Amino acid sequence: MKITVTVNGEARSADVEPRTLLVNFVRDELGLHGTNIGCDTSSCGACTLHLNGEAVKSCTVLAVQADGAQVTTIEGLGSEDALHPMQQAFVDCHGLQCGFCTPGMVMAATSLLDEIPNPTEDQVRSGLKGNLCRCTGYHNIVAAVLNCAGSNK
Amino acid sequence: MIPAAFDYYRAESAEEAIALVGQYGDEAKFLAGGHSLLPLMKLRLAQPGVLIDVGRIPDLAYIREDGEHIAIGALTRHRDLETSDVLAEHLPLLAHTALYVGDSQVRHRGTIGGSIAHSDPASDLPATTLALGASYVVQGPNGRREIGATDFFHGFLETAMEPDELLVEIRVPSRRGATWSFQKMRRRAQDWAIVGVSAWQNGTDNGVALVNMGSTPILASSVSSALAGGASPAEAAEFAAAEADPQGDLNASPEFRVHLAKVLVRRALEECAG
Repeated sequence: MKITVTVNGEARSADVEPRTLLVNFVRDELGLHGTNIGCDTSSCGACTLHLNGEAVKSCTVLAVQADGAQVTTIEGLGSEDALHPMQQAFVDCHGLQCGFCTPGMVMAATSLLDEIPNPTEDQVRSGLKGNLCRCTGYHNIVAAVLNCAGSNK
Repeated sequence: MIPAAFDYYRAESAEEAIALVGQYGDEAKFLAGGHSLLPLMKLRLAQPGVLIDVGRIPDLAYIREDGEHIAIGALTRHRDLETSDVLAEHLPLLAHTALYVGDSQVRHRGTIGGSIAHSDPASDLPATTLALGASYVVQGPNGRREIGATDFFHGFLETAMEPDELLVEIRVPSRRGATWSFQKMRRRAQDWAIVGVSAWQNGTDNGVALVNMGSTPILASSVSSALAGGASPAEAAEFAAAEADPQGDLNASPEFRVHLAKVLVRRALEECAG
């Protein structure tokens, strides 16, 4: 099936099998490998990206469901020269260890701040409950999100 | 994991979706947010040959007052339930329950209609709508019919809907002014409930329903009768499992589930009593 998805601001068309998952579309079809596949069962959140501006788990969305939609991946959030404030906050607060969960964490966290610009610590923890860090580095991840929210004030 | 191959059709209207499912019969499944169905398909626990995507049908995502009822379109997402001003005023228990479904990514995709039509007894929204006295409007080739929540859930993943019917609206009586509580016991924040309780109370009027205490969501009628008859929360909670038939699994034995139900019902009723 022919689909067109606007990914990181650029219209991308492809002919995909209906069973193609959105995460495989962005990774394999578009070569955007920043979006990771972790559990592949919609538990871990490593594959989180923005679909029409909201965080979703792209291992549980069909590419055909995203036809016509706007998708933002971690590659579209900032660049190496100009990090997104959330990425900078993760750097400043050492909000990562191995880094595997980080793209999903950052995408979930930016979506969270879109909905709750000045969250409490509890709201950050609750808002990120769909993202697992196997290094268990949650303390600094939460600190990074709070730090970013603070700098947005 | 990638699902087995299927044919995909995108329905532009409820009528078209129903005509398509009539054409493909048992092979076909409706797809809305996909957050119940796609995980099952990836694990090959479900392998439909045809998916009929109803997710883009216009006019099935809404929350509005309709006389004494609140009418909720089946495609309304959990996120929209959480943030609805109408629900905050009339059905805060339902808005609050939605907040406990999965995680925020799941709630951006999952729909109330999908959750109810899927009829998983471990899901939160079927029990809460049952406690609130909801009915469900389904549409088939011969038009619409309304099924009370007490008649809707027939068994594990089984409902009163015919295979060619689509759930289109959830109708819930306004419970403005009622006190309410939602209790959910789970191991991890994003998990399904091991046991959950939805309860509301307004004078002697009340409703209590249980999550994951049988093959369907369970209406705890004995608790309600006891409460209406003047029992205290602790006394009424002793009847928590009277209608239940809990199964054992990795998380809990049936006996532990009965214990949890009594504790959580008591907490819910105490919270309702203020």
